[in-house]
Amino acid sequence: MIDILLQHPFISALVALGLLAGTFGAVLGFASVKFKVEGDPLVDQIDELLPQTQCGQCGHPGCRPYAQGIVNGEAINKCPPGGQATINALADLLDVEAPSLDEEHGQEDIKKVAFIREDECIGCTKCIQACPVDAILGAAKQMHTVIAAECTGCDLCVEPCPVDCIDMIPVESTLSDWHWELPNPAQIIATDRQNQEESQAA
Amino acid sequence: MSLMRPSSPHTHSASSISSTSSVMRTVVLATLPGLIALTHFFGVGSILNLLLAIIFCLGFETLALKLRKKPVLFYLGDYSALVTAILLALAVPPYAPWWLIATGSFFAIVVAKHLYGGLGFNPFNPAMVGYVVLLISFPVEMTQWRIPAIEGLGYLPLLDSLNAIFAGAHLDGFTSATPLDAIKHNQGLTVEDLYATHSAFQSAKIAGTGWEWVNIGFLVGGLYLLYQKVFTWHAPVGMLAALFILPVFFYDGGSSASAGSPFFHLFSGATMLGAFFIITDPVTSATSTLGRLIYGAAIGALVFIIRVWGNYPDAVAFAVLLMNFAAPFIDYYTVPRTYGHERAQSALRKEDEH
Amino acid sequence: MRKIFDFHGGIHPPENKHQSTQGGIESIALPKELIIPLNQHVGAAADPVVETGQHVLKGQLIAEAHGFVSANIHAPTSGHIRAIELRTANHASGMAVLSIVLEPDGEDRWIELESCDQPETLDAQAIIAKVRAAGLAGMGGAGFPTSVKLGGKDIQTLILNAAECEPYITADDILLRHYAAEVLAGAQLLARVFPRLESILIGIEDNKPEAIASLEHALAAQPNTGNTLAIEIVVVPTKYPSGGEKQLIQLLTGKEVPSGKIPAAIGIVMQNVATARAAWRAVRYGEPLISRITTVVGKALKKQGNIEVLIGTPIAHVLSERGFRETESERVVVGGPMMGWAIEDTLAPVVKATNCLLLPSKEELPAAPPEQACIRCGLCAEACPAELLPQQLYWYARAEDQEKLRAYNIFDCIECGACSYVCPSSIPLVQYYRAAKGTIRQAEKDKRKSDQARLRFEARQERIAKAEAEKEAKRLERKKAAEEAKRKLAEKQAAEKSASAYSATESAKDSTKDSAKKDAGEPDMKAIKSEMVKEALAAAAAKKSAQQDDSSEAEKELKRLQRGLSSAESRLERARATLLKNQEEGADATRLDTLAARVKEAEQKVNDARKKLEAAQ
Repeated sequence: MIDILLQHPFISALVALGLLAGTFGAVLGFASVKFKVEGDPLVDQIDELLPQTQCGQCGHPGCRPYAQGIVNGEAINKCPPGGQATINALADLLDVEAPSLDEEHGQEDIKKVAFIREDECIGCTKCIQACPVDAILGAAKQMHTVIAAECTGCDLCVEPCPVDCIDMIPVESTLSDWHWELPNPAQIIATDRQNQEESQAA
Repeated sequence: MSLMRPSSPHTHSASSISSTSSVMRTVVLATLPGLIALTHFFGVGSILNLLLAIIFCLGFETLALKLRKKPVLFYLGDYSALVTAILLALAVPPYAPWWLIATGSFFAIVVAKHLYGGLGFNPFNPAMVGYVVLLISFPVEMTQWRIPAIEGLGYLPLLDSLNAIFAGAHLDGFTSATPLDAIKHNQGLTVEDLYATHSAFQSAKIAGTGWEWVNIGFLVGGLYLLYQKVFTWHAPVGMLAALFILPVFFYDGGSSASAGSPFFHLFSGATMLGAFFIITDPVTSATSTLGRLIYGAAIGALVFIIRVWGNYPDAVAFAVLLMNFAAPFIDYYTVPRTYGHERAQSALRKEDEH
Repeated sequence: MRKIFDFHGGIHPPENKHQSTQGGIESIALPKELIIPLNQHVGAAADPVVETGQHVLKGQLIAEAHGFVSANIHAPTSGHIRAIELRTANHASGMAVLSIVLEPDGEDRWIELESCDQPETLDAQAIIAKVRAAGLAGMGGAGFPTSVKLGGKDIQTLILNAAECEPYITADDILLRHYAAEVLAGAQLLARVFPRLESILIGIEDNKPEAIASLEHALAAQPNTGNTLAIEIVVVPTKYPSGGEKQLIQLLTGKEVPSGKIPAAIGIVMQNVATARAAWRAVRYGEPLISRITTVVGKALKKQGNIEVLIGTPIAHVLSERGFRETESERVVVGGPMMGWAIEDTLAPVVKATNCLLLPSKEELPAAPPEQACIRCGLCAEACPAELLPQQLYWYARAEDQEKLRAYNIFDCIECGACSYVCPSSIPLVQYYRAAKGTIRQAEKDKRKSDQARLRFEARQERIAKAEAEKEAKRLERKKAAEEAKRKLAEKQAAEKSASAYSATESAKDSTKDSAKKDAGEPDMKAIKSEMVKEALAAAAAKKSAQQDDSSEAEKELKRLQRGLSSAESRLERARATLLKNQEEGADATRLDTLAARVKEAEQKVNDARKKLEAAQ
């Protein structure tokens, strides 16, 4: 056996390569089993990043379908409620360049919640059926009201209302919400002019 | 009345090192003893180097800032380009031709610093990048060190100096092997004999004519910086300790195969310049104090390894650049234990692990 | 002698304490109005229990704590409630908060207080109740409701914080010089709340020798009843931020408060000395917290010193009383120079936690020079008392890398400002951290909300699917039943048929008439049935074709538009009516505005509907 190998370098090379291939294959196979990544499927990860307003502005009936859409190759800039922050996060996850928001699907807006002017409500339940997150309480011929804490501000209840008694009101910030902004770059990037003024003053 | 609404604190330190520019000025001041020693032993070459380097570095800095549309005066005011110029000038052999300095300055300021985003964003020490580019590209010019004046040769007349720098006149007769070269290429002599016979060690006690004094000069400057709290002791002590301990094992009793004594390594080549002026560059070094100790020690070890077994006689620049690479890695594993935490965590920790 | 530990980092800014310790505790004239915010601290705002126009006496409860983490609010002086409205808060944001506006009547007449001659007989619950009733909130700066802190079960150490490490502030110093005995009495009182207490410590920095002497004097004079714990005065070296809760705990006990926990987790409760005194006065004399000692200092003032200020006094009033020179100053700081916040609107009031008003002249505390590049010098890391790496945090705050910020423990930052203080590049580091923390908190909040929305959305989808499935199942059932019925019918018919066939063959000859009748009857039924089906089909087809028919569709559209127009018009009518009614009733301006807007909107809609209708016609 060894003689044959020694006399035929071609065969010995084949054997050597074969052995190597076999060994590394086994190692890789073992590693793939042993170190299997139990990650979320991509759809879940994308769904995590979407704002869950379920507003349908992207053209899908909810955030998860859009997540599925993105996995199937749709653009990632169709979500106005999430805005640029969501686009950036998605771009980061998918490792692509972050585009700017597609204006066709709407513009980034301040956060709002729906508010029903209760004295005008006729109790038609149309908004209740439209609400994707069941944030409207009420029954037929009874006054309806929005649970502000649960409202995602998706806007879907405004259209169906036959008496137009639903307003989208901006969420007011409170002391506990307030936080400092990053230092304003215009404020901190010095210019020579400023410098000169200062030195003249001094 | 227009009231401002800045975030606290509303007061700032007013100590001697209250601003980045004054830190840099202190560093410039601290290079003086070493510069004086260099000039004393090698003539005005170093000062000429310095002038050239300052002109080129500030010129390139201005150009780069202009191109990047940044306020020139404001950024020149941080003195960082000046420090780079000085470090480069001190590392390059005296009487180096002007274009050598120009090339070095270009790589230091434009490539190593501004292409990476300017001060604070450069991963590599600019002066060392400039130096290494020169060392690799022009090995002959970069290893021609003049014979120290103490050996009876006297100083090079100013005219000859200018000739050497601007007209490319050769100084062959005036250059000699540095002590590090001497040890490296030593064949068959014991260390004692080498010290007795080789010209590089004439009238030297530890580490070669002139060189030991140059190193002492930088040591003095470095200690001044330490006293001024410009940096912490961790990185220099790490480097010097490593450079002291390793030779203990390879001194070999001073035989012909000796790698040189611990003191020889401490006081030859660019050891002290490196330990106090280069590896202490905070931008490119590790962040935490423990990290800096490790960073310094690794540089010391690398310097010794390259000096003894590498191709180049001195190695501070290579060692520094190699460890610049490793600094973020060291950072990840040397995050100090925060108040209220059981133990230190690696910054690589994943969100779900805590 | 107790061993004094050390904490990492810290700085030694100029102390600037002498300016305000020359005089004693001074008082100023009553302001024209007092603005008392309903929320002066972390937690829930109090609920007002007074009405506009009502007259209240000094010390009368005007707003009641809402929930556990909340504090009562009392009238700081006697007078009339002028309004309960939004007023600028004493807060870095400059936002407005709901506040009670009180116009003093100048009599300063107290309500009858419920004093307690023998507070040592009270049990823990009674003490906590009295402290809560008096509306006590931490007076050291954070203003956390005191009674909440007294609820800890397993507390071994009570620490009174007299370190007052911030430059300029001397409110606690002066308080100790004058009321050391009351502070000690307060300490003993609070100690009785904790059954397992082992030691009572007072931590004080060594730069307040007069306060220390006063404390020691009072301690020596304190009657030793034998059953109380000894109070130990611990003098710590002056170093900012030794007065930080976590730092003082480390200095005095060597222990660290675990990250994300409160000191009670390691058996320690800390109270400010002023809070301790207030607790004593609340229990002994029934006095609610309506005033406090505030240091008013800075070179932009004619007179500097400590003032006993009523809670709710507009800062502008304090400043005018002290000869504030507006031209010399460019910021009004509430709190000290290290952690205080600058306010834009000086009508903001002094609140329970306001220990200092700092009015530096432009030379005294010049504005920070422009930010330079971070050279990662590490001075910040050396100064950080929480042993963070501020330079890394800065880096990641700029990059808004929330994961890394957490990995570098940004939430352990106490925002003491030591890093910004030493930064040679004058980078406003603390602002970066505050912004980063805020963004992370906001992101967490949004995440919680979106998770909730996802759950609700999925639940709804499920419910709808279930309803659909049920409908489908019912439909199937009906179909099955119908088929069954059909089959049965067919079987029956078959049986009848065979029976009839049998009978037919039996009586073929004699009953031809009958069978013919029967035969004729069966197809009759069938014919009727098929006729009905045909009709139904035709109707359906007609309906379908009608739907598809353009002309009839347009008619419908027209009708729809007409309906839309009429409803829009009626809405407009209604909106106008409401507006008129409100105008007549004299509703407030914002309400009228919204109503007017609604009318406009309705008009717009009518116009739209009209246009649409015209276009359709």
